[in-house]
Amino acid sequence: MVAALSPPRILPSGDAAITVEFSRTIDEEANRRVLALDKLVASAGLAAVTETVPTYRSLLVHYDPLQIGFDALGEKLTELALQPLPEAKAARRWRIPVAYGGENGIDLEDVAKALNITPDEVVARHVGGDYKVAMIGFTPGWSYLSGLPSSMQMSRRQNPRLLTPPGTISIGGIQTGVQCLAGPSGWHLLGRTAVRTYQLGRDPIFLLEPGDAITFAAVDEKTFAEQDRAAEAGAFVAELIAS
Amino acid sequence: MSKLIVTSVSPGSSVQDVGRFGAQRYGLVPSGAVDRLAMAAANALLGNTLFAATIELGPLNSVFTAKGGAVRVSLTGATRPADIAGTPFNVNASVTLADGESLNLGVARAGTFGYLAIEGGVRGEPMFGSLAVNARAGLGSPYPRPLQAGDELLVAAASSANEKRIDLPAPAEGPIRVVLGPQDDEFGDAKDLFLSSEWKISATSDRMGYRLEGPVIKHLHGHNIVSDGTVNGSIQVPGNGQPIVLMPDRGTSGGYPKIATVISTDLGRFGQTQPGRAFRFKAITMAEAQAEYRAFAELLQSLPGRVHDSNILMLDIKALLSSNVAGVAVSATDDNTWQAPQTADAQD
Repeated sequence: MVAALSPPRILPSGDAAITVEFSRTIDEEANRRVLALDKLVASAGLAAVTETVPTYRSLLVHYDPLQIGFDALGEKLTELALQPLPEAKAARRWRIPVAYGGENGIDLEDVAKALNITPDEVVARHVGGDYKVAMIGFTPGWSYLSGLPSSMQMSRRQNPRLLTPPGTISIGGIQTGVQCLAGPSGWHLLGRTAVRTYQLGRDPIFLLEPGDAITFAAVDEKTFAEQDRAAEAGAFVAELIAS
Repeated sequence: MSKLIVTSVSPGSSVQDVGRFGAQRYGLVPSGAVDRLAMAAANALLGNTLFAATIELGPLNSVFTAKGGAVRVSLTGATRPADIAGTPFNVNASVTLADGESLNLGVARAGTFGYLAIEGGVRGEPMFGSLAVNARAGLGSPYPRPLQAGDELLVAAASSANEKRIDLPAPAEGPIRVVLGPQDDEFGDAKDLFLSSEWKISATSDRMGYRLEGPVIKHLHGHNIVSDGTVNGSIQVPGNGQPIVLMPDRGTSGGYPKIATVISTDLGRFGQTQPGRAFRFKAITMAEAQAEYRAFAELLQSLPGRVHDSNILMLDIKALLSSNVAGVAVSATDDNTWQAPQTADAQD
């Protein structure tokens, strides 16, 4: 017996986009429904839908108001959102190498102090997590992962940094992230990966998809430097360990 | 091949078209022109496709010079003094620069962004179907960054077409219209304060977001929500209660509650509002907003039909009145304040 799904909230994001909201909080079940609706919208062939943006808890649907109105599309999206969720099938899984600590992860020591454990234990816990790409957003390739062990969750920095390095692996709240480009961040920086989740001139330009599973592996600085050169030349560096 | 040389350029100037779509799910924002009507009008003046790439000009002085042959260009958007070797040139018209001639553009008087289109369009390598500059993502062509003095744009040789002008409807006035949501329920009574107050755009605004200055808009349940998707015109309210209107270089997701969204039709007009100038918002219904969207789409499609040869002097009394010929302060000693009447033929 399948429990009936609750209808999502259909919210206006201006005159050319609808936010389909499943939850107000970070919620694994809501994220599954977001990703399932994203697939259903793609396969439904709705000509008026121009693109979709899955996030933790909602699906943003951009559409052409010359082709369909807010009410009609809202009804259609509700109908699709209430379809039974497909069987959870194994997602493809990437192994992402990370050089933890030192210059690459300047907050590792502070995180260890705050959690009252050793830096090695912070790395062990982070590597031990089983993660999923819940959403990609903010800047190109910035991948927000769910699945951070509860023993590592801590609030964000009081003072966000204006510039953090490309490839930064960080934690914030109940999330961890793979950042591609240099940019501002209020999260705690644990390390860096050579993996480019976004790289022009490579096929594919975007490596990760929402819904992908992620495992982290610790590498030393020398390996990181080698991988960084390979990645710059177009190598994925991330390893596909299940597909 | 002819070139258009960027002799000097206002900060905040970059190549923009309608932007690149389909990769917001990967965090890549579309970018594109702030004022799409002005951008399309600049293209219409030259017979380009309406959404071809143009140069979006920041509000300060710029100089562009033709090299290697004549170059035909058009200018729309912010009104500003402009001249070619001392001969005044009006916004909403085309002009041909002879080899070596420069188009001198002064400081914007009304509006923020100008649009300089080039006959045949800007030449470059599209990425995701667009030449639009997104400096953060390293995208845009021919330069993946804002324009700098010394940059050179390859252009088609100028045709011998008559110079044109375009008759645009008088810019709409009145409040910037919004549709409430998606998180207007996070605000309670502060929603009324938002809609009834006077706002100003902060000088720290840019193509990512326009910061607003006005009363503090308080949240009911704090300012941290779980990130969700954004659109052009999303009005998010961070912890300090001063809203930020997201512009074409926004992040694709954001973690502050969004009280309302500027309607598509008013995005250009809002984007042209100068910092420090007071304005208000007004909430309209979705049905009204989508009717405005359809009317705006019709206006865009009507642009080619609004282009006329500029050597035909048409005495259009309504246009004369609405062009506010006498409303500009003119100084006899400062020719920066001088502006040719809108309906006169500047090419003769």
